[in-house]
Amino acid sequence: MRFQSYDTGGFYDEMFDSQLQPRPGVEAVVDRFNSLPLEELKYRQQSAEKALLQMGITFSVYGDEQGTERIFPFDIVPRIIPQNEWAEIEAGLKQRIKALNMFIDDLYHDQKILKDGIIPEELVLSASGYRPECVGLNPPGGIWCHITGTDLVRGGDGKFYVLEDNLRCPSGVSYVLENRVVMKRSFPRAFDAARVAPVVDYPNRLLKLLQFMARSTREKPVVAVWTPGVYNSAYFEHSFLAQQMGIELVEGSDLVVVDDRVMMRTTTGLKPVDVLYRRIDDDFIDPEVFRSDSMLGVPGLMRAYRAGRVALANAPGTGVADDKAVYAYVPEMIRYYLDQDAILNNVETYLCWRDKDLQHVLANLDKLVVKKVGESGGYGMLVGPHASEKERAEYGEQVKANPRNFIAQPTLALSRVPTLIDDHFEGRHVDLRPYVLYGEDIYVMPGGLTRVALKKGSLVVNSSQGGGSKDTWVVETGSVQEGGDQC
Amino acid sequence: MLSRVAESMYWMARYVERAENVARIMDANYHMILDLPTGIGEQWEPLIVTTGDEELFKKHYSEFNEENVVKFLTFDTRNPNSILSCLQMARENARSVREWISSEMWLQINTFYLLVKGASRRGGYIELPHEFFVEVMMASHLFTGLSQNTMTHGDGWQFARLGRMLERADKTARIIDVKYFILLPSIEYIGTPFDHILWGSILRSASAFEMYRKRYGQVVPDQIIEFLTLDTEFPRAIHHCLIIAELSLRNISGTMRGRFTNRAEKALGRLLADIDYTTVEDIKAVGLHEFLDGLQTRLNHTGEVIYETFFSIPAATAATQEQTQL
Repeated sequence: MRFQSYDTGGFYDEMFDSQLQPRPGVEAVVDRFNSLPLEELKYRQQSAEKALLQMGITFSVYGDEQGTERIFPFDIVPRIIPQNEWAEIEAGLKQRIKALNMFIDDLYHDQKILKDGIIPEELVLSASGYRPECVGLNPPGGIWCHITGTDLVRGGDGKFYVLEDNLRCPSGVSYVLENRVVMKRSFPRAFDAARVAPVVDYPNRLLKLLQFMARSTREKPVVAVWTPGVYNSAYFEHSFLAQQMGIELVEGSDLVVVDDRVMMRTTTGLKPVDVLYRRIDDDFIDPEVFRSDSMLGVPGLMRAYRAGRVALANAPGTGVADDKAVYAYVPEMIRYYLDQDAILNNVETYLCWRDKDLQHVLANLDKLVVKKVGESGGYGMLVGPHASEKERAEYGEQVKANPRNFIAQPTLALSRVPTLIDDHFEGRHVDLRPYVLYGEDIYVMPGGLTRVALKKGSLVVNSSQGGGSKDTWVVETGSVQEGGDQC
Repeated sequence: MLSRVAESMYWMARYVERAENVARIMDANYHMILDLPTGIGEQWEPLIVTTGDEELFKKHYSEFNEENVVKFLTFDTRNPNSILSCLQMARENARSVREWISSEMWLQINTFYLLVKGASRRGGYIELPHEFFVEVMMASHLFTGLSQNTMTHGDGWQFARLGRMLERADKTARIIDVKYFILLPSIEYIGTPFDHILWGSILRSASAFEMYRKRYGQVVPDQIIEFLTLDTEFPRAIHHCLIIAELSLRNISGTMRGRFTNRAEKALGRLLADIDYTTVEDIKAVGLHEFLDGLQTRLNHTGEVIYETFFSIPAATAATQEQTQL
């Protein structure tokens, strides 16, 4: 067993180069895994999963009458990113989130970028995430998107690409924190040898960010996490974050707006709330302004928001920049607002909205991945090479009927990481979701969530379709820096 | 604390307690039946009367026999007070306060639910009733013990204990009332050995037989009523439950005994004060059934004002309420 017989399969492998030599930064971990007997590795894999179950790191399975809860499968081989590579990702994410925020703020005010013809006006204003209700709003500090979970992938050329920006309610950060706890327990020595950048202070930074957003003069602003409720698949995370930050977890029915102030119903009467970290979509937050059939929302919330009496993370309206057709223009935004070239590249994207692109997409459906612009999480997409002739033809008709609603990208050869399968290691495809907090300054959590497609050959990393996760280690590499060891 | 959280804590504990009591009543009945002479007829109807769901039972079943009654009270999810329904509700309440309770409590309430859910899949037939019902009661004790020892005794915990104690007081009152009026007045048994068995079954329904023996020795009806109603130290006696419930309520607001700051404290404090100065002779003078009936009405009223005081805050009073906090 071990890595002698490991096969990178012609893909970019995060741990080994094509000659099966360990990449910089992973030597310590490879040594450690080589030195442990197979039985021991399997035992640690099992005890890691057992620990996650006992800690209640579960998601509920919809439609399961038994009320079964399952863990998000976890693999013990970490995904390792050397510090020098990470520095570039971090710089790229900061640049990107800065430009995206400037874009959203511009869009809901002067719309300069549209007037200057950088992005077609109809394209932006027809995005389903565009909220005319948000025109003229001024969120604290001019920041709209405070919490982002950008999806990155590494292609066959070894470069990182941005796949989705996720500017609404990205989830998964609780898995990062709990995976780390479990890995520290399971492989303390490998962990120690690798000098891994810590992620543990994320809840603390998140709390600071939320408190920073408060517009009240109260010495200790009241901050709460707002969940759609126990039946939401991410409920565990909402509850976990509230617990870690030591703040209330509220549902819509706990909140009421009185004289343009958001109050929560407590056993000693109504208490004002200054900041809401809402894990609920724009559509549902206020039935007076958005969907009037929302049972989850708080009538009057937007009045309080406009009056500056409550802050929301993220601000309403950020979804416009999540539109996959708008995504295609992010490099132009970076050039326009920051006068810089994008550090992180987009995946090459065809906008079916453009005639030339549409023809190309329809002619190459068997090679492309086609996506609906307003969807995320792998919904509503066609993976051309894996689809049948009939599926492609039907999907092609949908695209022709409403080209604005579709984009297409080449099928990516996602990078792979060795993964413990039965009694040996096999390469499995991964993506990466780092989390970015934008408050007084921009913080990028070192690492993030690595999702892994556990099915052989699969490119789908979503938990509902056989995906799992790995701990992500950003490690120091090479010789000790000038001025001595920073550790 | 959030009203919703307080309410969930309160109901989580109430439902676990309710499930435990249903199990205990059934277990005591099985024991009693085995001791009765053949031909007397099994007593299953009183169990349904005890839980107060006669009408619902008649809607779904035609006969008060063992099979129907046990199924209705244990596994039937059409009955909101069956053990399984109670545990479903307890678990859903626990889920919505997961960040408040300890992980041990969450684990135990899951295990508890899965125990009964698993048994329900075997077609509703219980091979060894005693073993099963004891398992249910022990699972409830374990949950309560974990609450006691792994969770901060703050407001949330106080609301849970308040709910548990009010539920227990209500169930003990029902057990005495129903057994006394439906089971016992079969005149021909009075003074026979069966009389003794029947009275013993009342005590067993409240897990009180041994503790009663230690206290009073002989099985004497008046003393049994006194023990289950007015004892201050036996944990299932109504008086004891009210003392603890009132203590939790005052701990929540920080009010001294003998005073009140809200309607819930007033209702429960007044009820407790009445019981404090009640003797078994007073109860007999009013009539046992009338006494218990009045007690249950007042317990229900207390539950309602607790709801109005803590769980349902009308938006209209917002401005005034916030001012009083400044």
